[in-house]
Amino acid sequence: MLHTFVAYVEDKPGVLTRVASLFRRLNINIISLTVGRSERTGYSRMTIVADASDQAGHRIRASLYKLEDVAEVDDISGVSAVTRELALIKVAANVENRSGVFELAEVFRARIVDLAPESLMIEITGVESKIEGLIQVLNEKENRVLEVCRSGKMTMRRGHHTSRVLRAMGVASEPPAANDAYKGDESQAIHLE
Amino acid sequence: MTQDESEFHAVNPARLTGAEILWATLLGEGVTEVFGYPGGAILPAYDALRKFPIRHILVRHEQGAAHMADGYARASGKVGVAIATSGPGATNLVTGIATAMMDSIPMVCITGQVSGKVLGTDAFQEIDITGITLPVTKHNFLVSRAEEIAPAIRAAFQIAQSGRPGPVLVDITKDAQQASAIFDFAAAQPRAYTPHPMLHCTNQRLHEAAELIRSAQRPVLLAGHGILQARAGEQVRSLAERMQIPVGMTLLGLGTFPASHPLNMGMMGMHGESWVNHAIQEADLLIACGMRFDDRVIGTPATYAPKAKKIHIEIDPAEINKNIPVDIALVGDLRDVLEQLLPLLPGRDGSAWLRSIEESKGTAAVRDIRNLPDSGHLYAAHVMHDLWRITEGRAIVATDVGQHQMWEAQYYHHDHPRTLITSGGLGTMGFALPAGIGAKVARPDQEVWVIAGDGGFQMTAAELATIKQEKLKINIAIINNGYLGMVRQWQEFFYERNYESTPLVSPDFVKLADAHGIAGAAVRTRAELEQTVQRAREHDGAFLINFLVEQEDSVYPMIPAGSALHEMIRRPDQNPLIETPQDQ
Repeated sequence: MLHTFVAYVEDKPGVLTRVASLFRRLNINIISLTVGRSERTGYSRMTIVADASDQAGHRIRASLYKLEDVAEVDDISGVSAVTRELALIKVAANVENRSGVFELAEVFRARIVDLAPESLMIEITGVESKIEGLIQVLNEKENRVLEVCRSGKMTMRRGHHTSRVLRAMGVASEPPAANDAYKGDESQAIHLE
Repeated sequence: MTQDESEFHAVNPARLTGAEILWATLLGEGVTEVFGYPGGAILPAYDALRKFPIRHILVRHEQGAAHMADGYARASGKVGVAIATSGPGATNLVTGIATAMMDSIPMVCITGQVSGKVLGTDAFQEIDITGITLPVTKHNFLVSRAEEIAPAIRAAFQIAQSGRPGPVLVDITKDAQQASAIFDFAAAQPRAYTPHPMLHCTNQRLHEAAELIRSAQRPVLLAGHGILQARAGEQVRSLAERMQIPVGMTLLGLGTFPASHPLNMGMMGMHGESWVNHAIQEADLLIACGMRFDDRVIGTPATYAPKAKKIHIEIDPAEINKNIPVDIALVGDLRDVLEQLLPLLPGRDGSAWLRSIEESKGTAAVRDIRNLPDSGHLYAAHVMHDLWRITEGRAIVATDVGQHQMWEAQYYHHDHPRTLITSGGLGTMGFALPAGIGAKVARPDQEVWVIAGDGGFQMTAAELATIKQEKLKINIAIINNGYLGMVRQWQEFFYERNYESTPLVSPDFVKLADAHGIAGAAVRTRAELEQTVQRAREHDGAFLINFLVEQEDSVYPMIPAGSALHEMIRRPDQNPLIETPQDQ
């Protein structure tokens, strides 16, 4: 199954290698990995999508935490979350046939971000299936898709506050709240029964 | 020396070179000995060494330095330190680092690196050692500024010792060693250690575990290396004694629970005692303490302890459900967990189960070979048994890997922690001699025996010169059977006796020792054994004994890799070493 992890990692050289190397060592293929600055100074946020066995989630998360540069890991496989991907798609289109592409872009709520005599560039954000849908219909028309650049998935839990955010808000300082946080993570807690 | 100490005293901020900062930080971390080998990129550090009261043991190969630091750590519980230059010096450490990683040994390796300005240019003796060691270290650092040296070294010591211990490498560029910076030991303190966020040991889980233990009819406690790491020997003993639970040992667990204790059944796994494996297969509850269900211990997961509920007490959450799915995981420091668990366990009568284990020993019960008539043959088992008897089980024994390692585990009964030093996880041949040197440096008052096969000994035999140079009193026993014995045994059992590339021509080890200025003797019969061992012990200086043992003896019992624990190969009846209860 596909596992999705969100990790806060120190913004230092070599951290990406350490994270990627962990998956390599476990012989797990990374489907997509996005990294960027986060709301925390000095920390980057990664969204990692990997194809692994159903039981692998716990071990991957536990192993990620063993990396010194990893501050926090959230396993958000199967939880309510917003997932987005950004794609830039360059399509062969000239003055005769570009209006069809405009229409398609409209339907997919995509934007035209560059226009050249023989091509145009579409920017689209959305879930994976939406982006793949657009690429598919573009290929069905006479307009050839010349280039596709996809960001990989970015994911954020809906309505969930990480323990660190709660702490920053001064909520989770007492033990009961900390316990609640663990319960909230029941999907990733050690399930043995 | 006191003047030097005050000059670089850890608490006084002062401007020092990076090289001086390196040593001052090590001194501040309590380091008194390091094992190393100089070279171009680490020369500034070596140049500054004379100013510091740190003993440097010059090795003959960097692999030796890593194993020595490892043996030092295993014998003392302190962090072992190895130091090497860039390029080949650094790559030679790798096997030793991996050995420490697999066995969770706290170790800090320091390597020189080419100067920052040529980094990444394939400069002379440049190698990406942080890249190479990434999967075999707990963490590593590339340091290119003098200011970063103290914080990196201090962080390395914290990481190496905390949680599940492991090796850490600090790669320091030559120009960082040459530059200067303000050294402030206190200010270089790493941020407070935070335990793994997935540690999990709630009251509810503890009560569930206690209930399982109270109601179990056939419990077995599995004692692993974590008992040593967590210093939980006393707690494990309380648990076993109070609840009358028999204890099975992993290889690295040997010594953490006294071998002579009536509840200690012996070693489990591939070459474990038959009754231990049998008890595990029959058990209705396993309490795994600081062990990781290694494949050499479980045989095959599908058939492992099929009737047993499993409680896993372990500090590394990544080990939970990795090889064997467990019913209750208490994820935390073993000592802390047991301290919380013990009050919930009032006591129990386990005599029926203990009796049935005793009965299951049957004819396989007695490994004690002291009553066997001397047939003129010398078996490795004789050597191990007699060494144990003569040293009263008090020596620190460093073993290599292979048949002799298993015989040592079977016949040398360890009552005390940190007395068996052996490469368990990686199974590194060539480990014994340097690890024994490290152990002797760590505990100079202890009697140290290095036990190695004729194959493994030759992998790091050059360290004999280190023993001589450092004037170390180390006793060396070579179990010489003319084969790469364990591989030969596999060829015998599983490859139709096709002894391909396992017969081994060796130098005359006694002459080799002599060439190094080390005394030695050969032993061919059991009659000569005791006298020679005593001679070695009494000799002022290192002593090597070349034990010429039975060539095609095998380690029994044996569970073939991938088989169930009860599917073991037993010693054939016609063998003179057949064990019968009468031997007792």
